[in-house]
Amino acid sequence: MRGVDVVVTNLSKLPSAFFKLFFILLTTVNLSWVPFSAQAATLPVDSVDILYHSFEGGGMDINGPFVLVRKSIGSQVSVNGHYYVDSVSAASIDVVTSGASEYTEERTELSAGVDFLHEKTMVSAGYTESEENDFLAKTVFMSVNQDFFGDLSKITMGYARGWDEISKFGDEVINEADRQNFKIGLSQILTKNSLMGFDVETATDEGFLRNPYRSYRILNDDKVGYTNEPENYPETHTSTAIAVRGLYYLPYRASIKAEYRFFSDNWGVKANTYELLYVHPLGKSWTLEAKLRYYEQTQADFYSDLFKADTQEFKARDKELSTFSDVTYGAGVTYELGKGFIPYINKLKFTLLADYLEFDYDNFRDASDTSLVAGTEPFYHFSAWVTRASITLEY
Amino acid sequence: MKVLLLLSILLVNPLLLSGCSDIKPWVKPYERNNLADPIMSLDRHGAAGAYIHHVYQAREGARGAEGGAGGGCGCN
Repeated sequence: MRGVDVVVTNLSKLPSAFFKLFFILLTTVNLSWVPFSAQAATLPVDSVDILYHSFEGGGMDINGPFVLVRKSIGSQVSVNGHYYVDSVSAASIDVVTSGASEYTEERTELSAGVDFLHEKTMVSAGYTESEENDFLAKTVFMSVNQDFFGDLSKITMGYARGWDEISKFGDEVINEADRQNFKIGLSQILTKNSLMGFDVETATDEGFLRNPYRSYRILNDDKVGYTNEPENYPETHTSTAIAVRGLYYLPYRASIKAEYRFFSDNWGVKANTYELLYVHPLGKSWTLEAKLRYYEQTQADFYSDLFKADTQEFKARDKELSTFSDVTYGAGVTYELGKGFIPYINKLKFTLLADYLEFDYDNFRDASDTSLVAGTEPFYHFSAWVTRASITLEY
Repeated sequence: MKVLLLLSILLVNPLLLSGCSDIKPWVKPYERNNLADPIMSLDRHGAAGAYIHHVYQAREGARGAEGGAGGGCGCN
């Protein structure tokens, strides 16, 4: 759970321009910030974070635990690990209407990481492995962050590289995909009541990038019925996301956060995300929060809900590649106990967060009712509840 | 890549210039009480924050620059 996670292996394959830029920046950071040293940065607090998560909506129930443990070793090193499970009850509608059978499955993710602090520089690295019965993802990541300018500024750079193995249940073939992502972030204190964050991330995936269970629909010669065929995706996917966040301490004890993110990729998808968060403490122990988030995107160049003819190489019917928007209404409450209530525990925090999500698709149709003529089905819509309940102990 | 290069130059240059000029940190340590309040954290929820990013990554086309979670979720 690092702020910016990024890289280490297979240097020969790194995009050379970004690689050079990364290390020029890294060198620049370390040479130029030192004169502004004021007080040392700190390691993450020793803690245990136990989360139960639940997603219910769109015909799917996904839930499970997420446990994160951090422990410092001396004054310069902190290690961490997490265990995360998604128990999935069913596939999403675009897979179900492809003819996939009913199923349940479980995704298990394990991660181990280390933070090393030297004066005002923190170096973090780690490894994550995520496994399903038909999907294996391995990721290494590294990040560097540095406080400078009297601790008014912090810059973070990271790189991650991942290797995926994708198979289809009942099929011997194992397909592969490589993932890389680079991040640069800056957080800046603007005034005694405000700060901002600025993040840029680019990601590149190469290899088998589609879902082996999903099909596209193509009209038959009679122009009435349709046939399901396996999707065909490009083997490279490159994207860039840029985000700006501002956080302001109101005239009374409360804060408001606003953020905007722009996303664009080489598949033709463009997206905008807007979010507002209001946080309001009540006394010493309680904190309430309310969130509003809006997301919109355009479709990928090779997406269609129903292909009229076989005239293009790449074809997809992934609803995440269609034109759609979603809105999230969120609320949360936190109750916190300080030192003295439980021996050896410095802080005990209970958090309950509930989000209600509504997705509206502009050109993805609900093909579950096969009695309707292809292309006349209603556009798909679904809502979901996401619930997170956690206990955090700092020791 | 050009966008990244431009943004990086914009990001770094003012900082380099500040090292050679009279610009000093303008918010003193004793003025940071409000900023030190936990409600002024950009990432308050740790694992719970990482989870909601995972929810969105699995259902939206956009990815990245979440400003908190990272490392690859392996969640196509």
